[in-house]
Amino acid sequence: MEWFDALVQGVLLGGMYAQYALGMALMFGVMRIVNISHGDLVILLSLIGISFATAWGLGPLPVLIVLVPLAVLMGWVLQKAVLNRVVGSDPLPSLIATFGLSIALQNLMLQIWSANSRSLPGHGIESQSIEIGGIYIGLLPLIVLAVATGLTWGLDLTLKRTRFGRALRAASADVEAAAMTGINPRAVYAMATAAAVGILGFAAVFQALRSTVAPADGPAQLIYAFEAVIIGGMGTVWGAFAGSMVLGISQAIGFRIDPGFGVLAGHIVFLVVLATRPQGLFGKALS
Amino acid sequence: MTAVLSTHALLARYGDFQALYGVDIELHQGEAVALIGANGAGKSTLLRSIMGLLPVGREMVLLHGEPVGGTATDRMVQKGVAIVPEGRRLFTGMSVEDNLRVAIDQAARMGAKGGWTLPRLHQLFPILREKARTQVQSLSGGQQQMVAIGRALLCQPRVLLCDEISLGLAPKVIREIYAALPEIRATGTAMIVVEQDVGLARTASDRLYCMLEGRVTLTGRSAEITREQIGKAYFGAGHGVV
Repeated sequence: MEWFDALVQGVLLGGMYAQYALGMALMFGVMRIVNISHGDLVILLSLIGISFATAWGLGPLPVLIVLVPLAVLMGWVLQKAVLNRVVGSDPLPSLIATFGLSIALQNLMLQIWSANSRSLPGHGIESQSIEIGGIYIGLLPLIVLAVATGLTWGLDLTLKRTRFGRALRAASADVEAAAMTGINPRAVYAMATAAAVGILGFAAVFQALRSTVAPADGPAQLIYAFEAVIIGGMGTVWGAFAGSMVLGISQAIGFRIDPGFGVLAGHIVFLVVLATRPQGLFGKALS
Repeated sequence: MTAVLSTHALLARYGDFQALYGVDIELHQGEAVALIGANGAGKSTLLRSIMGLLPVGREMVLLHGEPVGGTATDRMVQKGVAIVPEGRRLFTGMSVEDNLRVAIDQAARMGAKGGWTLPRLHQLFPILREKARTQVQSLSGGQQQMVAIGRALLCQPRVLLCDEISLGLAPKVIREIYAALPEIRATGTAMIVVEQDVGLARTASDRLYCMLEGRVTLTGRSAEITREQIGKAYFGAGHGVV
């Protein structure tokens, strides 16, 4: 029972990681842009959300409604102003540019919000739970998992069925051939990054609700997103979701073994996957 | 009569390497022009320069008399110029239908008008209907080439550039693909066909240009040019005749 409980808690934790990982799956897995500032963007959005909540007395849902469009706009500007200048077959320029951006964002956040930890008041939602067969399931983690599943489903359908999704897949397969077919790759990339950061808007609200956030917390979130995408396999949205679950479950089981071992257990599983199946659990092997 | 597409003293370079030294060609409405020449003569470079894939001067390429040199590739497609690129360059990991649908999507986005539809393309290359759900990387070379041609046609071009569409294909498949060209021309689309096979190039075109080391060395009506003339232009003066 204890281990089954760990499994359930792991899946719920995986829901949170899936929200970080989806944007990463789109940017890293599909566009091959390494965005080191991914975690810092989550924290920045969280802090903005917390400031909105305190300034205007907003509840979590109104914060979400304000924050997601803002995140979409931030993503679009990020791609137009920075990433479109460095995107290409070589991943190094985007890595260096976003590494710089990451440091700049952390210092900017420190300047504005100081180093204090803050969280978003959830008006009780964060402490409610449901009992199912002797296992207590937190309402908030359940909502997080449901939202993560919905976002994954929506993103997967968008990539498969829409004009934008086809254009993005085409541009990531062969950017020059995509242009020869009438696609403006930079416009498509701007939309994709807008979507990726928009999803981080959701992650930011839930992250600030379930725990505290401080300006230096970004890099840890970045690692979880990277690990989830690589465990699941590059270029597959459901793969990133599954990778998040694997990461969440590994950590939850690790925590049961020893409270200090949880995060490390996740990293070990990641390394094992990387060593034995480098294309990821659901990725296609490179021929 | 102004040309649909023309180049004027077109210069192109890859870094320090100059690939084209003042190339002048023209293409008229409904015409098929062949571009022949040895490897490295600059044929593909010429097509890439027209498509905006290499930086060239504004006035060096005219489309319906309008200077378009150096225009972004996707804008060239919007202006009615499409290319079947060398090596096909299909979107791997996507099905035949999705590859074609990308072009349909973009043509719709840009409001491009033309007669090419999926059913019409299926008439031209029936195998594409059969293979609609197949991933492009598991098609044969000839089938991939048909997808590449189809993708270009669905951009609704008035000018179609074909870069070595026979490369690496069996003679039977080459005949099948070249048999489709007259039907494409019948829609009023003008064509530039880059072709290694001189015989094929002559039969598939009204006029031809022969290139050597980044320059045009011979031009004329395909039916009237002799093999001796081509031999000289192809290899340069002093070389033996084919």
